[in-house]
Amino acid sequence: MTLSLDHVRKVVNGQPHIYDLSLTVKPGSFNVLLGLTLAGKTSTMRLMAGLDKPTSGRVVVNDRDVTGVPVQKRNVAMVYQQFINYPAMTVFDNIASPLKIARISKTEIRERVHHEAERLHIEHLLDRLPGELSGGQQQRVAMARALVRDVELLLMDEPLVNLDYKLREELREEMSEIFRERDSIVVYATTDPMEALTLGGNTAVLDRGRLVQYGATPEVYHRPDSIPVTQVFSDPPMNILDGDISDDGLTFGGGERFQPPDHFRDLPHGRYRIGIRPSHVKVNPQTDVDLPIEGNVDVAEVTGSETFIHMRRGNSEWVVQDDGVHEYHLGDKLTVYVDPAHLFAFGDDDSLVASPGARSAHAA
Amino acid sequence: MERPVNQGAWLMVLPVVLIVSFSAIVPLMTVVNYSFQDILYGTSSWVGTEFYTDVLTDDAFRRALGRQFLFSGIVLLIEVPLGVGVALCMPRRGAVVSACLVLMALPLLIPWPVVGTIWQIFGRPDIGLFGWGLNTFMDYNYTGDVFDAWMTMIVMEVWHWTSLVVLLSYAGLQSVPEAFYQAARIDGASRFAIFRNIELPKLKGVLMIAVLLRFMDSFKIYAEPFTLTGGGNQTTLLSQQLSIKVIEQSDYGYAAAYSIIYFLIILLLSYVFYIGLLNVGKEQE
Amino acid sequence: MARIDLKELAHSYMAMPSGPEDYALRRMDHTWEDGGAYALLGPSGCGKTTLLNIISGLVKPSEGQVLFNGQEVTRLEPEHRNIAQVFQFPVIYDTMTVRQNLGFPLKNRGMEPSYIQERVETVADMLGLTESLDRKAVGLGADEKQKISMGRGLVREDVGAVLFDEPLTVIDPHMKWQLRRKLKELHETLDLTLIYVTHDQIEALTFADKVVVLYGGKVVQLGTPQELFEEPAHTFVGYFIGSPGMNFMDCRLDNGAAVVDGHRIDLAEGVADRAPGDAKQLELGIRPEFLRFADEGEEGVPANVDDIRDLGNFQIVTVTMGDGRRLQLKMDEEKAVPSSDNARLVFPPQWTKLYADSELVG
Repeated sequence: MTLSLDHVRKVVNGQPHIYDLSLTVKPGSFNVLLGLTLAGKTSTMRLMAGLDKPTSGRVVVNDRDVTGVPVQKRNVAMVYQQFINYPAMTVFDNIASPLKIARISKTEIRERVHHEAERLHIEHLLDRLPGELSGGQQQRVAMARALVRDVELLLMDEPLVNLDYKLREELREEMSEIFRERDSIVVYATTDPMEALTLGGNTAVLDRGRLVQYGATPEVYHRPDSIPVTQVFSDPPMNILDGDISDDGLTFGGGERFQPPDHFRDLPHGRYRIGIRPSHVKVNPQTDVDLPIEGNVDVAEVTGSETFIHMRRGNSEWVVQDDGVHEYHLGDKLTVYVDPAHLFAFGDDDSLVASPGARSAHAA
Repeated sequence: MERPVNQGAWLMVLPVVLIVSFSAIVPLMTVVNYSFQDILYGTSSWVGTEFYTDVLTDDAFRRALGRQFLFSGIVLLIEVPLGVGVALCMPRRGAVVSACLVLMALPLLIPWPVVGTIWQIFGRPDIGLFGWGLNTFMDYNYTGDVFDAWMTMIVMEVWHWTSLVVLLSYAGLQSVPEAFYQAARIDGASRFAIFRNIELPKLKGVLMIAVLLRFMDSFKIYAEPFTLTGGGNQTTLLSQQLSIKVIEQSDYGYAAAYSIIYFLIILLLSYVFYIGLLNVGKEQE
Repeated sequence: MARIDLKELAHSYMAMPSGPEDYALRRMDHTWEDGGAYALLGPSGCGKTTLLNIISGLVKPSEGQVLFNGQEVTRLEPEHRNIAQVFQFPVIYDTMTVRQNLGFPLKNRGMEPSYIQERVETVADMLGLTESLDRKAVGLGADEKQKISMGRGLVREDVGAVLFDEPLTVIDPHMKWQLRRKLKELHETLDLTLIYVTHDQIEALTFADKVVVLYGGKVVQLGTPQELFEEPAHTFVGYFIGSPGMNFMDCRLDNGAAVVDGHRIDLAEGVADRAPGDAKQLELGIRPEFLRFADEGEEGVPANVDDIRDLGNFQIVTVTMGDGRRLQLKMDEEKAVPSSDNARLVFPPQWTKLYADSELVG
């Protein structure tokens, strides 16, 4: 099925939760809703599922207006942050429960439950009760229950957020495999950019109740339409500096002038907001055209293989993500180097006006 | 959270509306009818608020009302702190807990008149353990002395209902996360400070419900004191006074007005508690 | 200020533990230096919270001793140890204002009101809570509440160590960094011993000077983030730290080199000689960051490229070796990946680690 939200708005007690949102998701597609807490991810999912009715606008499935059709009459399944299973039923009965309601023959139920359990690596737990399982296993059961039925729309609301970091990583890997072979639409909400990138598919970036960009996940990451996207879909968020382009070159709030990179050549003179990802700022110059930028260190965080250096320049805060271990302390003066080929430029209205060239073909 | 509106759903509610109107509203209206009219052997005449004036100026009613407030007040003052106290003394988990809870719930399962009968015998100075025991320290006779009668009545009520407060408070205390106790220990808080700053605020909502339930029930109490003392020694409370009017004197108009006033007092006070409860809820949000 | 020694410490929640598997914490001897920032890292059920609670005094260990600055405190109640603890969910006294919350531990210890006021204001200033001092604590956001929990610890001048039990669980992702930075700042200025329990490697590695990795009730490694990354002492550390974790391959030794799938892989000088002869299982481990493709004309182990995943500023390449073994490479976003027919893998010897029965040989 094709699901469209057509200019939907949602206002609750006078508070707008969703502003005029239009989005069409294709059959069999995997879609990530990416946004911070309160960006409207859950509200959007509830509208898609039919749990809520939009204040205005239409929900369209296969050219049929289903606005106001309640969730029971739609073929939808949902997985939540909390591990929701029937505590008194065995894992088998939990997974089988949606099939029993649909009055499917016993042998088929058995077959389908086993198949789903196998895919989620819980076939050895079928006789246990959910209370005896670990958090990760419980969430696998909840997912199997959602997947066992051939739903047209599967909604997952931050399903991994309550799991241990390492478990999250493993399940995330598996999930992209599991969903690759399905024809239902999957919508997956998360706050974590890395999760969106790992899962792939398409990404819709939400910012305070507005859809700010929708497209293929890597495409959205590499060509963010506007500044809000760079803040949500980049961890740490993209560094943004005020810049100025004139005949004399590029400046960052006065001081030194630099030769603007090639992809900035067609930009008219004027003020811009210049963006650079933390991973493209280094403590040592990488090329001879690297732009040096001075600042003061707040904190350096070492992850073992990398160092995140949080620094301050005037009133803007910067993050530098560099390989290796670098020791710095509060107040240290530091010059970092930016490769101009990776600069983004945004206009007055925060929308993208210039971005680094198309990436090489292998990224596909 | 908003749910999809389904107009057909109203039809489903219809049977309930019918049942409620026949079980509650219609009988109540009959009482209202009786209170404004003098009805006797098929004839009736409108008397306005005359019965109400009668009730309100009747000394017997006033005395019963006074006793009723005194009784409910004393009962609440004893049962609530006692119930919370017992709940605080219980362990937070373990096998003992279920045993404690079952034992304590037993009095709640006993029918009202039976409670009265139990205490009637239990309190007798000659053969009752309670009465005989007390009589060795003091001159105790609940059938002959006002104070003794009241004391027995209150002890009986406390015995019967404190467990309800215990159960509610215990459930409330269970919802306090372990981390709060641990943090308080590290902060060096005394037992009283823990109660005052953690447990009591978390119990507020539950305690309001306990007070509301206990007030309503104790204010309507009838069977136990009636079985125990039959209303002697100034133990005639509101409901018993009412039954005297209906059963012994067949004064239906007066009794109807009495009932309405009785009902309104309970409604008003329950409303006050209810508003208090709502405010507690808001504060906790 | 506190140096913490754990001497022959072990704990079981059972009254009569019969074997090592009954212990939530296996016997350990450790010294944690005064003023250090330590993270206890491990999966759920590894014993990290038990260890934290033993240090704070909420749990009494079944064996061994805990020493603060050389003094035994094993049986001392939490309120008599100079520690503070911040829990997973913020603990706030609902009826009190922020000021009363912060002053509570001092009030309980019978301090002068003027002293309490002064301390509360100092701490509020440090934590950025001055503005909300006279507000009710109930109405504040989770991050501010967590700051109050922290503040109730810092307000006591005698506090030598602050313990954190997954304190960022309920904090919004974009606020996490702010709180972490506050912690770092406090650590640099106050010279406190900080102990931080978490399952999140990023939190642990970025917070701590030294990370204690716990697994099955045992400390499998104590080291700096760099050591854990570069020299994992146990295969579990290799797997648990790093994203994705270390690649492991069964191997045998031949003449100073490891042999995997018929290919010789060189090890660092002398490593093979140190391998115990009676080891049941020998494994090679290499981090996805260090495994690389051979340059033009360079020797390497042939492999098949299965999958390339674009993860923004890096890419994860999955390859299979001749025997079907899968390995992952983490590469810079702009590095080109060779086509399958001529992909060869290079295992740099200094990053290729040998493990005997899960323990690091070198």
